[in-house]
Amino acid sequence: MEKTINLTLKVWRQNGPREKGRFETYKVSNISIDSSFLEMMDILNEQLISENKEPVAFDHDCREGICGMCSLYINGRPHGPDDDVTTCQLHMRKFQDGQTVTIEPWRSAAFPVIKDLIVNRSAFDQIIAAGGYVSVSTGGVPDANAIPIPKVDADESMDAASCIGCGACVAACKNGSAMLFVSAKVSHLALLPQGRVEGARRAKAMVAKMDELGFGNCTNTGACEVECPKNISLSNIARLNREFLSAKLKD
Amino acid sequence: MSNLLTTSIGRKLLMSVSGLFLILFLFVHLFLNSFLLLDGVFGFERGQMFNAGVHFMGTNPLIKIIEPVLAIGFIVHIIYSLILTVQNMKARGPQAYASGKKTTGIEFASQNMLVLGIVIASFLAVHIINFYMKMKGFIAWEAGEVEFPFLGNMAKGEDAYSLVNATFKVLPIVILYVVGSVALAFHLSHGFWSGFQTIGWNNKTWMPRLKCIGNIVAILIGGGFAVIAIAQYLFF
Repeated sequence: MEKTINLTLKVWRQNGPREKGRFETYKVSNISIDSSFLEMMDILNEQLISENKEPVAFDHDCREGICGMCSLYINGRPHGPDDDVTTCQLHMRKFQDGQTVTIEPWRSAAFPVIKDLIVNRSAFDQIIAAGGYVSVSTGGVPDANAIPIPKVDADESMDAASCIGCGACVAACKNGSAMLFVSAKVSHLALLPQGRVEGARRAKAMVAKMDELGFGNCTNTGACEVECPKNISLSNIARLNREFLSAKLKD
Repeated sequence: MSNLLTTSIGRKLLMSVSGLFLILFLFVHLFLNSFLLLDGVFGFERGQMFNAGVHFMGTNPLIKIIEPVLAIGFIVHIIYSLILTVQNMKARGPQAYASGKKTTGIEFASQNMLVLGIVIASFLAVHIINFYMKMKGFIAWEAGEVEFPFLGNMAKGEDAYSLVNATFKVLPIVILYVVGSVALAFHLSHGFWSGFQTIGWNNKTWMPRLKCIGNIVAILIGGGFAVIAIAQYLFF
């Protein structure tokens, strides 16, 4: 027989960006420990709808940890008590029967709450739009072996590229800094020859946008690295600093 | 280049460079302080080595040039720490997490650099009044004149050693100095590698190396100053 648990949920409810929010307490019962955290949220919402109450708004999309849409600050940690997973990959077996679970939205001045647990993360999109792409016209697809790339660089680039832009780094940071995100986006392109061409311009544009949007200054505390569901390394931040400073020096 | 200091990384560069410069100063300071304990080792009379050191630092033209630079280093480091902290608090937003922060595996020092800095700055104020102001003649004190060997000759100068020795005979002051040293050690344990990270000198290979060197630097400097103060209290 499958094991089930009962939980008390303290959920942040906020009607709109300008409204005052508050915590509401709900009880859910008979939650299978094999279900995911978001499935538990679905069950809560079904329950609320059947009681003619408004369901809790939360972000989600792919539910397999690759889209970066889900968020939630659960019991003191972004993406909850498990390591290296997003909220949608978080299993309910990580919780105990009778436990109280506090669910909050990301808290950061650059990520204002839209409703309940949904925050506006379009700041990340704006940073990407400022330069997180390759704009050189490359023509047809070149032969894969035409440009040799060291395996180490390719691996490191792929590791940086695994950033899904969920914003857990900003949520975990005591400074509300987006440096881990920006450094991942700068790094995965800077390490490869195609992206290298625009490296200097990209670093300057993305950092300028990051500052403009009101993200904080990195103090290398490292909470972002711990909470990142994709294990983005803090050493990317050193690379971003290097890219940015050497680009500035050349001006 | 022109607007470097209006960017977040530019401001942090100032924190990094000024901090690493101040670490250099701390090593020079610690080297001279070690003279307080080493007279016996080199066969000098008690206080001769330290008095010669103080005489050198007070008369050397290079030191006169570097002194204002050092002051600027302190001021930049303190002012920019405040600017960056205010910006960070604003970026963080007013709403704290009700469920707290349960992220594990983060250094204590890295989260409390400002608090540690304030402890060090308060200590520094007392420290400057205790010694610097007196040795530089801003505060009157009864300086005995002593002779000590200096560059092969016997030189005459103020008996700075007696001032230090007398100051470290007061237990509350020794405790204060040990607290200041410990705060400094924690500050450096994060500040050293973080400084290198900010100037971009870091990657996966160097991260553990820099952290290791940072811990050694922190223990050497913090421990060194503390041990000298305690040894002066107990044995001199």
